[in-house]
Amino acid sequence: MELASLKNKWSLLMNKEHTEKHRNNNTFWVIVQKEFSDYISSWRIIILLAIILLTCVGSLYTAVTTIQDAIDANESAEEIGRSSYLFLQLFTTSDGTLPSFITFVGFLGPLLGIALGFDAINSERNKGTLSRLMAQPIPRDYVINGKFVAALLLSSLLFFTLGLLVMSMGMLILGIPPTLEEFFRIVFFLISCIVYIAFWLNLSILFSVIFRQAATSALSSIAVWLFFSVFYTMIINLIAKPLLNNDSITTVEQAVGRQEFVLNLLRLSPNYLFSEATTTLLSPTVRSLGPLTMEQTVGAVASPLPLSQSLLLIWPQLTGMIAATMICFVIAYILFMRQEIRAN
Amino acid sequence: MTTPIIQLDKLTKKYEEQLAVNNLSLSIHKGEIFGLLGPNGAGKTTTILMMLGLSEPTSGNITVCGINPTRNPIAVKKKVGYLPDDVGFYQHMTGLENLLYTAQLNGIPLDEAKKRAHHLLQKVDLLDAADKKTGKYSRGMRQRLGLADVLMKKPEVIILDEPTLGIDPEGVRDFLKLIRELNEEEQMTVLLSSHHLHQVQQICDRVGIFVKGELLAAGDMESLAKQLFVEDTFVIEIKAQPIHKEFIERLQTIPNVNKVETVPSGIEIYCKEDVSAAISRAIIESGASLYQLQKKNFGLDEIYHRYFEGGNPDGIGLTKK
Repeated sequence: MELASLKNKWSLLMNKEHTEKHRNNNTFWVIVQKEFSDYISSWRIIILLAIILLTCVGSLYTAVTTIQDAIDANESAEEIGRSSYLFLQLFTTSDGTLPSFITFVGFLGPLLGIALGFDAINSERNKGTLSRLMAQPIPRDYVINGKFVAALLLSSLLFFTLGLLVMSMGMLILGIPPTLEEFFRIVFFLISCIVYIAFWLNLSILFSVIFRQAATSALSSIAVWLFFSVFYTMIINLIAKPLLNNDSITTVEQAVGRQEFVLNLLRLSPNYLFSEATTTLLSPTVRSLGPLTMEQTVGAVASPLPLSQSLLLIWPQLTGMIAATMICFVIAYILFMRQEIRAN
Repeated sequence: MTTPIIQLDKLTKKYEEQLAVNNLSLSIHKGEIFGLLGPNGAGKTTTILMMLGLSEPTSGNITVCGINPTRNPIAVKKKVGYLPDDVGFYQHMTGLENLLYTAQLNGIPLDEAKKRAHHLLQKVDLLDAADKKTGKYSRGMRQRLGLADVLMKKPEVIILDEPTLGIDPEGVRDFLKLIRELNEEEQMTVLLSSHHLHQVQQICDRVGIFVKGELLAAGDMESLAKQLFVEDTFVIEIKAQPIHKEFIERLQTIPNVNKVETVPSGIEIYCKEDVSAAISRAIIESGASLYQLQKKNFGLDEIYHRYFEGGNPDGIGLTKK
């Protein structure tokens, strides 16, 4: 009898705990849901999405026409399709009038990330909604986590939709189905795109925590983006020129070492990491990302790399990008948790 | 009396060098309306944030509804509603949607939340504007929606930070009436911070005067006046013509008169007892003509004036014994 009542009590307690947990979990998804619907109904994001969609359609069109010309010129089109990873070229080729899909994504992805994050915290603060939100029984980190998850969800959704759209269009127009390997290459390419966007997203969330004005945080995010996409390579080239000067190099080791040094400098930029990762994934013929000596290439089978090897090649790049993303998020998180919640 | 619903014990908050709240002890009982009165920057908002666990005290203890908000802020925030000054809403959402979002964050099921939101919107007279985007709301409407928002979770205590700031007089009156109703109907405890003394005077059961992080006095209106004006219990204002030095000197010789001050509207006489008869006699005898003699009562205005407008909190020592 007593045992039964005890058991009953216990199950009641467990049930209560369970519902409590369930409820907490629910409130988190309430925030995510609200942020997500905010994003897709805001003009800023709609315009950006439209631009991304248009450019992708444009680049797809040029790629398709170039590939079709190549196929028409050749007799055994089927064979070409198999051997040269024709499907992947949808993402990488262009006829020169419009940049390729991969270039567009590298260019517009960061902008999307910045647009999603630059006013995440400071707009709530400026509109006076943050203190109201904080007065609700939710953990403080739900706010920043919810925004991050919602933005990540949106960009994942967008890029998978885009990737799958391009694939299906390619299939329809070219009439060549992708191989399983090509499919997985594209999936990994899309994942690295999302990681890259997540980096810019977190950077802009970080700025939105630091700066009280949305304009300041947007401009600083864009400044960082411009620096890495335009000026950083220029600066590295300036450094590289005297370093790689033929007159000062005496041995092969020295030449390789210096080349690698310059490359590692370049790899400090997330843009470079991204371009290395994506070109390797989409062009299986890329065999190495560093300098290769003649000795190393001797005896190598001149064939494209399998997916696993390509992944192995870009593993450091991918982990580097994820690490940079995490670092930005952690700093933003800590700053936000410590910040004073004031109406202004 | 029962145990207080909000209890602050030697609460101190320091920002780097500045002392925002200094050794504050205060208890608020269930069912009362307490007014926290003080000028801008006195530390009112800081104190409120600490009660909600949104800011950590440097030292001291807080208990709200029997819970320590520094340790367990979420439990406190389930029971306490907070209306920040200059409350903001998601402008692209309607008033109703904003309320429903709050309800969802509080884990209230949707159908119940809808009913409650409807009821509350009616109460704050916003039913017509329920489907309007809050970006188009006026300041007064926002404030009323804020009150509805606070009430969504059925709180035991509501904390209102400068709730009447920037609303027109009519709106203020309605708002205060609403708060009074809530307090009476649902036995809700209300803590209200303001620098508008008249409003505080109208509605609060007890008032605490808060300057530069220190609570100078607390109690109901009468006891506050007693606490603060031990010496000058009466102020008599007269208008007379002509006023000259000898006349003022003569007034000063009247027994129980402490101080005579010339103000633009006439003369103010601070005294221990009601000596208006002696004053009027003195005026007539000195050959001046008396136009007006008025006993001033002690509103918060006087209290406020003495504390804040003087700008010298050290001067308070002379009235506080």
